[in-house]
Amino acid sequence: MKMELNEFLISAEEFGQRTGPHDAIVLSSRVRLARNIVGIPFPGRADRESKQRVLETVQPAVESLPEMKSHFSGAMADLKAVEKQILMERHLISREHAAKGAGSGIVLNRDETLCVMVNEEDHLRIQSIRPGLQLKQVWQRIDKFDSELEAKIGYAFSDKLGYLTACPTNLGTGIRVSAMLHLPGLVLNEQVNQIIQAVNKLGHTVRGFYGEGTEALGHIFQVSNQMTLGETEAEIVERINKVVLQIVEHEATARRTLLEKKPNELFNHVGRALGVTAHAHIISSKEAMNLLSLLRLGISMNLMPGLERSSLDELFLLIQPAHLQQTCGEKLASEQRDLVRAGLLRKRMKGVKGVKPPPEPSDA
Amino acid sequence: MKCSQCESPATVHLTEIIDGKTKKIDLCESCAKEKGVTDPSGFALADLLLGLGASSEIESSGEGKQLVCGACGFTQADFKKSGRLGCPECYSTFADPLEAMLKQMHKDTLHRGKVPAHLKEQRERGMKRADLQMQLEESIKAENYELAAQIRDQLKQFAVSTASRPKE
Ligand SMILES: [Zn+2]
Ligand SMILES: [Zn+2]
Repeated sequence: MKMELNEFLISAEEFGQRTGPHDAIVLSSRVRLARNIVGIPFPGRADRESKQRVLETVQPAVESLPEMKSHFSGAMADLKAVEKQILMERHLISREHAAKGAGSGIVLNRDETLCVMVNEEDHLRIQSIRPGLQLKQVWQRIDKFDSELEAKIGYAFSDKLGYLTACPTNLGTGIRVSAMLHLPGLVLNEQVNQIIQAVNKLGHTVRGFYGEGTEALGHIFQVSNQMTLGETEAEIVERINKVVLQIVEHEATARRTLLEKKPNELFNHVGRALGVTAHAHIISSKEAMNLLSLLRLGISMNLMPGLERSSLDELFLLIQPAHLQQTCGEKLASEQRDLVRAGLLRKRMKGVKGVKPPPEPSDA
Repeated sequence: MKCSQCESPATVHLTEIIDGKTKKIDLCESCAKEKGVTDPSGFALADLLLGLGASSEIESSGEGKQLVCGACGFTQADFKKSGRLGCPECYSTFADPLEAMLKQMHKDTLHRGKVPAHLKEQRERGMKRADLQMQLEESIKAENYELAAQIRDQLKQFAVSTASRPKE
């Protein structure tokens, strides 16, 4: 029995309802491990035959693990373009992987918190993702999964250099620890570039998740480690966790500052975002993401009674091109998507009352 | 401006601050795509930037002689082009030129993280066996033959349990 991907995936609604620590600011925590099989060229160098052999070795091994009890497993060559894009919009596979054909594949678990890309840049890219700030838990989980898998697959490992990876930047632990952050407060306060530079100086990477610097779409940024060799995984996780907590603190302060020092500006941003999403008839995904981001900010500050964060996070997914097409059940040209997107937003924002400023603190 | 990967005109220009140093890269449309520069998961860019900077490093430290990986046929020129290695064996082939680059790229050049369980066991077994062997020699030297016999038994058992260990 072969299950179709769209039957397997959890709904956008369920996706939006997931919660985690600090989720008003931290959208998700992710750990990725790069692993390769001993004695076989890396995917970039391997011929079709050995890639196929890797896929046929790795997929059943991954599927047999308890964490993958219920799973979707498939070859990239068998997935439709729109399905690959849906996986990308959910951040389950990379753009590079979506472009792969014969010899590459994925295995995904039931709640979409564990995903193995086979023959991306490395033979295995194992990823674990959780909502909110849960880097340590995510690491513990993927560590266990990886240990179970290593009993079935002979990993390429060197005593001195650790796990051997196609790119030397991933060598050693093969680990990439990252958190996706929602930072509208820092962007509106024009502090975000300062934060980016400070964190980069520490040897970590911060960048706009979709775009660069203050132009980051949806005010979403990603923090991740850069060095993978010479430290333990736990040390790397701990450092990124610390950096994220500091950014969370700065963002929280920025939001408070906006409310105290520039309330009218804040209410104006959020109110206009509601106005446009509730009444526009043509809207690009770029504009929609920025407006939804402002509404999400408003919700986190209790300015938007009647609008839930979960439905905002659901919309964030639903307005993406492939998800829109899936909802409509047909392929849509870009102009059509902008119409359908606007229609969806109008429907969802119907009846949402405007910005309601919090009561003035009385000096009793 | 030309693409730093091939000779086509560059259309994608990237700047990123890494470790306080500004790195610039120019790529043509197809190389940018190939490198996943547009990747929303964002992992590829740092890899790319470091990979490229690193490849010029590896080239200059080669001292003219062209190394080739015996396992996969990968050359230094291939590495420069892709910023990636060909196979796990490449790390032995290019060990010398890689050393300097890894130093620049990472905290240290010695792995301190996770070790696969079966290797850990192997490592510990090796250490334990060496330890027993030393005790055996000492006990013989001290003419404590009773103890020597005991240790010999332990070593024998050790060999049996090692041999009966299922292979992978
Ligand atoms: Zn090019
Ligand atoms: Zn090689």
